[in-house]
Amino acid sequence: MDVEILARIQFAFTIAFHYIYPPLSIGLGLIMVIMEGLYLKTGKKAYEVLTRFWLKIFAVTFGIGVATGIIMEFEFGTNWAVYSRYVGDIFGSALAAEGLFAFGLESAFLGVLIFGWNRVSPKVHFISTIGVFLGSMFSAVWIVVANSWQQTPAGYHIVGEGFNARAEVTDFWAMVFNPSSVDRIIHVWQGAFLAGAFLVLSVHAYYLLKGRYVEISKKAFKIALGVATIVSFSQLISGHSSADGVAVNQPAKLAAMEGHYQASAPADLYLFGWVNNDTQEVSGVSIPGGLSFLVDQDFEAPITGLNAFPEEDRPGQVNAVFQFYHIMVSIGLFLIALTLYASFLWWKGKLFDKKWLLKIFAFSVLLPQIANQVGWFAAEMGRQPWIVYGHLRTDEGFSQEVSSNQILFSLILFLVVYTILFLLFIYTVNKKIKHGPYDEAKNPNEFLKYV
Amino acid sequence: METILGLDYPTLWYLVVGLLFSGYAILEGFDYGAGAWHLFLRKDLSRRIAINAIGPLWDANQVWLIIGGGALFAGFPVMYATMLSSMYVPFMLFLMLLVLRSSAIKFRSAEKMLWWRKTWDIIYFISNTLIAFLLGVVLANILQGFELHENFSYKGGIFFSFLSPYSVMVGFTTLSVFMTQGAIFLLLKTEGRLHTRLTFLLKRGMVLFLISFAVTSTYTLTFLPGVINKFKETPIFFILPVLAFLAVANVPRLVSKKKYAHALVFSSLTMAFLLMLVAFQLYPVLIPSTVDPKYSVTIYNAASSQKSLGIMLTIVLIGAPLLAGYFLFLYKTFHGKVKLDDTSY
Ligand code: HDD
Ligand code: HEM
Ligand code: HEM
Repeated sequence: MDVEILARIQFAFTIAFHYIYPPLSIGLGLIMVIMEGLYLKTGKKAYEVLTRFWLKIFAVTFGIGVATGIIMEFEFGTNWAVYSRYVGDIFGSALAAEGLFAFGLESAFLGVLIFGWNRVSPKVHFISTIGVFLGSMFSAVWIVVANSWQQTPAGYHIVGEGFNARAEVTDFWAMVFNPSSVDRIIHVWQGAFLAGAFLVLSVHAYYLLKGRYVEISKKAFKIALGVATIVSFSQLISGHSSADGVAVNQPAKLAAMEGHYQASAPADLYLFGWVNNDTQEVSGVSIPGGLSFLVDQDFEAPITGLNAFPEEDRPGQVNAVFQFYHIMVSIGLFLIALTLYASFLWWKGKLFDKKWLLKIFAFSVLLPQIANQVGWFAAEMGRQPWIVYGHLRTDEGFSQEVSSNQILFSLILFLVVYTILFLLFIYTVNKKIKHGPYDEAKNPNEFLKYV
Repeated sequence: METILGLDYPTLWYLVVGLLFSGYAILEGFDYGAGAWHLFLRKDLSRRIAINAIGPLWDANQVWLIIGGGALFAGFPVMYATMLSSMYVPFMLFLMLLVLRSSAIKFRSAEKMLWWRKTWDIIYFISNTLIAFLLGVVLANILQGFELHENFSYKGGIFFSFLSPYSVMVGFTTLSVFMTQGAIFLLLKTEGRLHTRLTFLLKRGMVLFLISFAVTSTYTLTFLPGVINKFKETPIFFILPVLAFLAVANVPRLVSKKKYAHALVFSSLTMAFLLMLVAFQLYPVLIPSTVDPKYSVTIYNAASSQKSLGIMLTIVLIGAPLLAGYFLFLYKTFHGKVKLDDTSY
């Protein structure tokens, strides 16, 4: 296989693996801030127990997030040397700011958060929790700004030619607030909140089904359900806003997301479908003119289709972009329905009566995870063939001096190490969940007070 | 070109990057060093204490690598890209070892089974040792130069060519520096029988360190081209090796007086002086080309634009005091001997 394909496979594999953990860390961070805040405010032991329990799981996801993140940072240089030289002037400052402002904050307070229970006062501990949470939110900002610049470049000019061409910053704030960054940061944050909230929902639904830790599980479930309901709904809004931006800034991507080929014609909105790139046809169920309506509030409005672009400037994998995008949206809509229904029951005071609903929640943890992954795949594959949209092609961006054998070597190493890491992650988290927040048999007096 | 205090922006950024990597070497130096002693500690409890000595700190110390990497990418993208893609294999090994090392810290004490703990102990020991060694190897490769042609294209060997006799030697020296640093740090954090055993181990380590230090310095001075000339040009910098030597000499004295905190400061200073020496040797080159000096990567042809460097210097000025504050808070919270409790690894 050639170097480009291998480099892409390796990048996609390592970033997708990394991206299992950050959303959990960010989302659990939010839930822990709420739980610990409630503990400080009410002084109830139940919230302390919950905070301590989730902290243990948080420590594992955060740890793997850090370990796999460092690999991402250096992979730009090892595998995408031409791209790194090209964007260093722009991308670098975002990464440096991320390191100083975000990673510094999160890693320094992490030590206090995890090992500090018996060393600092509850207030200082709470501040550390907030510190870590804010740090993880910031780190999402800078990394998504960098990625958004790559999607919709702004505030720069190109200097040099051919091999020596590169982008230089002309306007820092225009670079930071490039046309897609705000929408995407909010969308990514919310995706992370959903990932965290649904992990909490699923674990406590499991306890409720088993009849264990019933009292604290009800409390935790309600906190997470509150977050999940609000965020699921606002995710639709930020997603829609992102799509509007894509329509303006990356029309080829939007066309690929809906499998719209005709150069200029009203476009349909598919609920699901299958794209045949050769015949340029989509089979599936659609709302005629739906996409036109969403973009221009007019069912007849023409939308730029893929045929408006020369063959070599279109995303190659139209069907994949289409499917990934539709999976994300379907999951988003399903989560809205699920959380609204559960909140309705909560309001009626019957939240915990329906076993089947708890069963759905117990498995729901996978849904935001899948949506997060396919969301990125749609956004990144829809950007192809560009690595920097409109400027640098992916097939020009990889390291010229690296051979395919070297990448094969590292790819195999990654596959082995990451598989082991993933199994360890599942095993440890599963064990911590099975073990529960405290030993029910051993230490009843401590906890009977509120049960 | 704009300047501050008579230094142009690339030079200032060179100092920033140098400072960050020195911070990394000093702080992670004792973490990796402590890990490289791991199998020399015999009892399960001793090993657990050793891991918890760095427990709350290593993640924060690692941030220096992350910021240093970011600063290199930001300030000298050409250097970042050329170094990482040319040294593909050693860096991939380095990254993979980092992952294994953090897994070992996280998962070692998670199970009671003896085989589980022993396996992770071995992984922990090997990864720390090899990381320290590889860092030295990469440093030596940079000092010796890469086979760079026009447009920074690397045409050298790809799999094991990074292991020259000189680089192996520098690798061992780095390992022994880190091990000295690590042993002193553990002495600071432990008490009782473990402490006594470490005192004994440190003595062995110091001997190893002094020998490898002497051999490597002599070799560097004699065989690496241009080293002597550089001192002739600016004799004032001759003070750096002298200071490094004085700092080294001070360490055993302070250890025997049981002033471990002071000893740690002086062994850190040794590293700082040695790294300054390297920085001075190279400046303004970042990676010499062995083909023709005109193809070398220098701070001028590798740097980002003036504008970008200016923005980043502002970011550093705002960020550095914050970072210093976090670190003070962290180190104050966890100072003193290791005490195991229910939050420990
Ligand atoms: C949505 C947010 C997000 C995204 C898109 C990425 N990351 Fe990440 N990353 C985080 C959110 C995050 C985090 C929440 O801050 C992590 C994950 C868990 C953690 O411990 O910190 C983290 C850890 C982390 C670390 C270790 C930091 C530390 O020690 O605290 C590095 C160096 C990176 N990442 C680098 C990257 C790079 C180069 C990426 C892109 C290719 C990337 N991350 C994508
Ligand atoms: C700042 C953050 C990011 C940057 C700078 C970035 C950049 C890149 C680069 C350089 C490539 C390789 C070239 C290519 O094939 O397109 C790529 C591909 C890819 N990235 Fe991102 N990426 C970022 C974040 C993410 C995240 C968080 C994900 C989540 C999973 C992701 C998913 C992918 C995927 C799936 C590919 C492969 C696409 C393909 O090969 O067609 N990216 N991205
Ligand atoms: C509810 C309906 C949703 C809509 C209309 C929507 C829309 C979009 C659009 C248009 C993009 C591409 C943006 C771009 O390429 O610039 C995107 C990306 C993404 N989506 Fe969604 N989304 C929805 C739900 C979700 C859900 C539920 C999640 C996760 C829990 C999610 C996670 C992501 C992620 C991680 C990305 C990649 C980052 C980005 O480009 O912003 N989305 N979404």
